[in-house]
Amino acid sequence: MIMLEKRPQPSRVWSMATPLVAVLATMFFGGLLFMVLGKNPVEAIKTIFYEPLFGEFAFYYRPQLLVKGAPLVLIAIGLSLGFKAGIWNIGAEGQYIVGALVGAGVGLAFYPLEAWYVFPLMVIGGAFGGWAWAMIPALLKVRFGTNEILVSLMLVYVAEQFLASMSLGLMKNPDGFGFPGSRNLNDYASANSWISQDTGMHWGVVAAFIAVIFSYILLNRHMLGFHIRLTGEAPRAAKFAGVNPKRLVVFVLGMSGALAGLAGLFEVAGPSGQISLNFNVGYGFTAIIVAFLGRLHPVGILLAGGLMALTYIGGEIAQSNLGLPASAIQVFQGMLLFFLLAVDILTNYRLRLSAGKVA
Amino acid sequence: MDLTSINPVLLVASLMVAATPILLAAIGELVVEKAGVLNLGVEGMMIIGAVSGFAIAVETGSPLLGFIAAAVGGALLSLLFVFLTQVALANQVASGLALTLFGLGFSALIGQSYVGIRPPATGQLNIPFLSELDVVGPILFSHDLVLYLSIAIVAAVWYMLKFTRAGLILRAVGENHDAAHALGYKVVRIRIMAIMFGGACAGLGGAYISLVRVPQWTEGMTAGIGWIALALVVFASWKPWRVLLGAYLFGGVTVVQLNLQAAGVAIPVEYLAMSPYLITIIVLVILSKDKSSAPASLGRIFHASH
Amino acid sequence: MKLTKLLTSAALALGMATGAMADTTKVGFVYVGPVGDGGWTYEHDKGRLAVEAEFGDAVETTYVENVAEGPDAERVMTQMALSGAKLIFTTSFGFMDPTINVAKKFPNVKFEHATGYKTADNVSVYSARFYEGRAIQGTIAGRMTKSNVIGYIGSFPIPEVIRGINSAYIHAKKVNPDVTFKIVWVYTWFDPAKETDAAKALIEQGADVILQHTDSTSVLTAAAEAGNVIGFGQASDMAEYADGPRVSSIIDNWAPYYIERTRAVIDGTWETVNTWDGIGRGMVGIGEITDKVPADVKAEALALKASIASGEYHPFTGPINKQDGSVWLKDGETADDGTLAGMGFYVEGIEGDIPS
Repeated sequence: MIMLEKRPQPSRVWSMATPLVAVLATMFFGGLLFMVLGKNPVEAIKTIFYEPLFGEFAFYYRPQLLVKGAPLVLIAIGLSLGFKAGIWNIGAEGQYIVGALVGAGVGLAFYPLEAWYVFPLMVIGGAFGGWAWAMIPALLKVRFGTNEILVSLMLVYVAEQFLASMSLGLMKNPDGFGFPGSRNLNDYASANSWISQDTGMHWGVVAAFIAVIFSYILLNRHMLGFHIRLTGEAPRAAKFAGVNPKRLVVFVLGMSGALAGLAGLFEVAGPSGQISLNFNVGYGFTAIIVAFLGRLHPVGILLAGGLMALTYIGGEIAQSNLGLPASAIQVFQGMLLFFLLAVDILTNYRLRLSAGKVA
Repeated sequence: MDLTSINPVLLVASLMVAATPILLAAIGELVVEKAGVLNLGVEGMMIIGAVSGFAIAVETGSPLLGFIAAAVGGALLSLLFVFLTQVALANQVASGLALTLFGLGFSALIGQSYVGIRPPATGQLNIPFLSELDVVGPILFSHDLVLYLSIAIVAAVWYMLKFTRAGLILRAVGENHDAAHALGYKVVRIRIMAIMFGGACAGLGGAYISLVRVPQWTEGMTAGIGWIALALVVFASWKPWRVLLGAYLFGGVTVVQLNLQAAGVAIPVEYLAMSPYLITIIVLVILSKDKSSAPASLGRIFHASH
Repeated sequence: MKLTKLLTSAALALGMATGAMADTTKVGFVYVGPVGDGGWTYEHDKGRLAVEAEFGDAVETTYVENVAEGPDAERVMTQMALSGAKLIFTTSFGFMDPTINVAKKFPNVKFEHATGYKTADNVSVYSARFYEGRAIQGTIAGRMTKSNVIGYIGSFPIPEVIRGINSAYIHAKKVNPDVTFKIVWVYTWFDPAKETDAAKALIEQGADVILQHTDSTSVLTAAAEAGNVIGFGQASDMAEYADGPRVSSIIDNWAPYYIERTRAVIDGTWETVNTWDGIGRGMVGIGEITDKVPADVKAEALALKASIASGEYHPFTGPINKQDGSVWLKDGETADDGTLAGMGFYVEGIEGDIPS
């Protein structure tokens, strides 16, 4: 009988090796899937993982990895703080939308004034919008004890309605012949988050890297970070250690909301360019997966965000070049997550042969 | 504006139909969470149920077989979640999300050849005398059988949790899995059964959409209902009858807002469209005085080694 | 080297290489939804398959589905251009700015954007005059309704949808002065369950004809359940409901246009155009009118179809007033395309406000 035995300490070797094992397993089973669909499995796998990084047009795809990965990492970093403390913000999508709306609103209000302070004000607006939207579940939780999972999720749908109403009404491009959607901020130099479009660098990428470093320092070197971890691992001990749980709720939800709002602002002022009916593309939900894939660790999240971005971009190439349906790519991504989650057990447990019975 | 054009009897009858998929999925998830497991993959299991129920109903011509297939399909998909969380001890939140992603993709792959087909009709109850009654008839006696089944499941879950030994064990496992284990209960086995029950219910809910409510198959047709179902369990503070109430309330607000629009009420449409979610939040705040809380072991990983 | 230059030179090199190797023309399609949506994207994909059938080995088509509007779309288009596509159809309004951006980088690739208004040297736009089909629907609806209440399910209040409502209303009113419209906005393009609820709400409030501007068949199902209610197929023919509530339909038929434009690229005759075709050129199809419709009404509808097709009649011909009573079109005057494209008002007689 094979038994699981808890390791006294998580294995360092396995924590490095498991992601690799998972990717290899996904390549194998994904290859099988592609074979069933009548495609050359080696070619498909190569297209997804190799093409964006080292293929003929890698000069174009590598910057795109930054564009796709940055919002994921930025949001996931914020979420990881809450998740570590056992506070579940799953409404980052809503905070992302509201951040973008407020930030873009600030920018559009200044149009067509060209001034250095427009963009910084938009950044503040974006962070504020996300923060304020996250304060609703935070304050309701602190004041009434309502469940933040539910409230933050409901607010996603409310935010989507706001988005629709804004792109059809208040923020509609006056020069847009009545079509929905705001002005394109890419045509408004002062309200633009691009640093260099050729290299995929925009301020959101910078912010994502800063967030990673900031979160690493917070969690490892700072008392507040210690409190966050303690609250998640041993809530009672945290109370004895003098943690004020209410203030912690307000802090982590506010922080994750602000980061999600920032991600929305950088996206609308750069890669996306405008507020439109379908502006949000689910980054807020995907970031939850990224946070867990990265084991809630800042560096892990950075790598996980990169990996997710890679499968998105590689998946698009595979669709167009090999005629794979989008759903096959989705299944492939699902597999990757399954394997990454499943093999993690080897980090914390070891397998042992024994004659005993399983529980 | 003409409110008299709204017929309250028909309104109630149609909100019951609107609420049934949410109800089925939510009551299944309630049992899962009572066992101490948080499965965020409801949406994925629903859509798999929707496509497998649709496919089998079309192939066999029997909606009944379709619904059975949907329950089986949902339960089978939930086995993936079982493997991840109960065997490989992975994080439940992430595993559930992965399940949803996988389910959405996989259902689309299976469903490719079923787009644009009309499924066999699911029969409706038609009791000669009762169904023709004035008010009670349309509300109580003229629905399809799955709707009654969904209410029966709620009653059964309530009875099981409250009055049976099995229910007691299930709750014990959810409250404190270590203590339950020490008492000799098979924690993992009980949880696996609960998760599969949740999967089957979600599958049924999905098939109710593809076979009764919308009768068609299109990719992503559950359109977020699984998430609402998840929210509903929390909303109901893990009480079966409150799940029913919540589902009807949520379905009701949606149906009422569409009716108000049709009646020409001059409230801005986007606010009406937001109202189901806002009202859910408000009710949640009102209900928050009730301190009955989540199962204590909810979402925590159990391993029998200690 | 600047990325734009790199991209251009890469495309040029590739163009030469592929040009020397084979004479297949690569055509790319960017879809906003899944090809299995049974509506909008499904019909575009039918057009793609028609292109394949028409040209055989001379053309290779590729597509990417479920592409989000914004940076993802831009990347997908760039990717198609890089891998040698000569012609790229981008089939959603939200792809407008991405299409223009990518087109700047690939001057030798032709782009075709659906439902937008921005053109360039290598970007054409095309759209269908669905409101012509709505005129026929309105006529049938006005004649068929017994309750004189017609329900209309709208997605979002954008010009495209408002135009359809106005056209249907004008023509229903013309044949039946007592008719009223009940309009419900669902604020979604795709949520079959919600569309069903909306249809039911309308039916329960007395509507016996339902028009829809959302793509699923769920509305027809609700109508079938109610019994004596009729509806129309939208985007696709929905002929599977022909024995039930569906009495006709508006069909998006992109195939002729896609074939024509692909041929133009092959022949080297492609030019920037701004196409807005209707029934006349076959871009808008009217599905078979079933026997549920009395023969005289059917004849009337077909006559209207013929006169629209020949260009003899314009569905927006004055006198038409705006909702507030002000004059929009004087007697005999027809609407210009500019006003129609950005239509943001109801015509006189429709109750309620357009949400904004």
